[in-house]
Amino acid sequence: MSALAALIRRDIRIALRVGGGALIGVLFFLTVTVLMPFAVGPDLALLSRLGPAILWLGALLASLLTLDRLFTADHEDGSLDLIVMSRTPLELACAAKALAHWLAAGLPLIIATPILGLLLNLDGTATLAVAATLLAGTPALTFTGMIGAALAVTLHRGGLLLAVLVLPLSIPVLIFGVAASQAAISGPLSFGTPFSILCALSLASLVIGPFAAAASLRHGLD
Amino acid sequence: MRLSGRNLKCVRGGREVFSGLDLSATSGEALAVTGPNGAGKTSLLRVLAGLLAPAEGSIALEGGDAELSLPEQAHYLGHRDALKPALSVMENLSFWREFLGGDTLDADRCLAAVALDHAAHLPAAYLSAGQCRRLSIARLLSVRRPVWLLDEPTSALDAAGQEMFIGLMRDHLASGGLIVAATHLPLGIDARDLRMGGAA
Amino acid sequence: MKLTETLTDLANPTRFLALTARILPWLAAMTAILLAIGLYQSAMAPDDYQQGATVKIMFIHVPNAWLSMFVWSVMSVAALGTLVWRHPLADVAAKAAAPIGAAFTFLALVTGSLWGRPMWGTYWEWDARLTSVLILFLMYLGLMALWRAVEDPSRAARAAAVLTLVGAINIPIIKFSVDWWNTLHQPASVIRMGGSTLDKAFLWPLLVMAIAFSLLFVTLHLAAMRNEILRRRVRNLQMMQASRVAFTSEAGAGPKEIGAA
Repeated sequence: MSALAALIRRDIRIALRVGGGALIGVLFFLTVTVLMPFAVGPDLALLSRLGPAILWLGALLASLLTLDRLFTADHEDGSLDLIVMSRTPLELACAAKALAHWLAAGLPLIIATPILGLLLNLDGTATLAVAATLLAGTPALTFTGMIGAALAVTLHRGGLLLAVLVLPLSIPVLIFGVAASQAAISGPLSFGTPFSILCALSLASLVIGPFAAAASLRHGLD
Repeated sequence: MRLSGRNLKCVRGGREVFSGLDLSATSGEALAVTGPNGAGKTSLLRVLAGLLAPAEGSIALEGGDAELSLPEQAHYLGHRDALKPALSVMENLSFWREFLGGDTLDADRCLAAVALDHAAHLPAAYLSAGQCRRLSIARLLSVRRPVWLLDEPTSALDAAGQEMFIGLMRDHLASGGLIVAATHLPLGIDARDLRMGGAA
Repeated sequence: MKLTETLTDLANPTRFLALTARILPWLAAMTAILLAIGLYQSAMAPDDYQQGATVKIMFIHVPNAWLSMFVWSVMSVAALGTLVWRHPLADVAAKAAAPIGAAFTFLALVTGSLWGRPMWGTYWEWDARLTSVLILFLMYLGLMALWRAVEDPSRAARAAAVLTLVGAINIPIIKFSVDWWNTLHQPASVIRMGGSTLDKAFLWPLLVMAIAFSLLFVTLHLAAMRNEILRRRVRNLQMMQASRVAFTSEAGAGPKEIGAA
């Protein structure tokens, strides 16, 4: 356990230090959200209707953007070799890295949501609903995105390819995340149904993600 | 303890790097893997470290901890130092010490052994290439692993650093460890030669 | 020439530190006095017949909005200093100004949306002015992120200088496009803030507040520059310490000037 705690602590520290990318994700989230009204127009009624969708898309892109370096940074400096060799099962190490990434890069997105909700004219309930769905859904984004990040190591290529690989995988999360937020705002569905499915997706990805990522890393090193 | 490889074959990117390679080393013994560039020295070490699957052949470690695989009982010192520039020297070492686990040695003493104790609190970004290597070597000391797999361990080290590292290798062998080192330069310790040729 | 002499004098970080150490207390005191006078005058100013007491937010909002743009121009001059004259303190000045500019911009945004609340009924309206300030805020944050992303200050300096200048050229274009976008979507029905001519009763407190906030900026900026210089010295000392071999003495490890880097 102490090995995993050490790994989580190290990754969070690096993300928050000078040169780390944790806060850039939030900035990206903010910028993408601010761009939307320029495309759809400043009509507040329209924005509040689109708000949950805009926030979800922004969070999806922001968490994907920062995932790029999850494994490649460790691969480039040789740390990944030692992590693979270590006595800690690689699946657990992958899960720990994803958790650290979510804490450093995913959680700030959720904290930033109320401010962005203000810009998009979301009321209190709507903001709360979006924040709750993001809290339940972003782990799924991180843990499925991790599979793409592990593949990026194998392919020696990240960036756009990672996006192409991971975006289709995140469609279910997007559907139920936005559906749950919309349900909380306007109905007619109850909030509970899509939200439970969203939680289920997150839990499933918590299991599938680390195994798939570890398998891809094990066979991808050279 | 005895490390042995039988009839090892390695294929990388469709090219056969080496084949039919046998090797063995026992406790207290160093194996110096030599040969020209492209002979497969690094590949052999990565095969031993479990980072590369051999196309043929088998590797065994007898007399070690039966619960653990060879990579879990080995240190690998590759070309890259596995350091994070954003973290301090001490944070880098402490992380590997905690993460690798097992029998650990006091981090301050390990830093002193590689002459980096004056820089413990400084960011690793400020270290020179040679100092990065020293910090990497401190990792080998901070956690006890019987098998050391070293890839060009003395590159980037100055004369004093090489001297220091030779001493550390001797200590490791004397305490019953074994070393497999790929090298161009003489290792500086008594070692059995494993010559890898292009035509092997 | 007296002026060039002063400038060369100031180029020396040690002199800069000594000089600012003497000036800063006076500047801080003056800022405090002017802020106190300005706040008192603002509190005493009459209510607006339309907006009531909310108009007093203007006394905070307008100086902040003004400074949000002024700080970027200061940074642009500093960026020219970095790229053209390679003035050793230019990058320090630019880097120290960015967080302060971002803070002023943030305050302009917050006060703007508080001011807009009674008029619009929401905290945020995609009003052309407010939106431009928001984009300026994002640009400040981006610039700060750039400085944070590169560990070596001298390497970050040129990249940041280029970005600052590009921003300076782009800000009017962005402002124009946002105005255009806004009028396209919202024909004249928006209530313009502070659009009419200002009464004298408002003008004086506003002027005092503007000067007070400018002085606040100068004070904070000088203090931040001192911090940045000292931070770089610490960094240099640390690098020297790292390169020192453990068992040699400290010979030659005396403090060295920053700047030339």
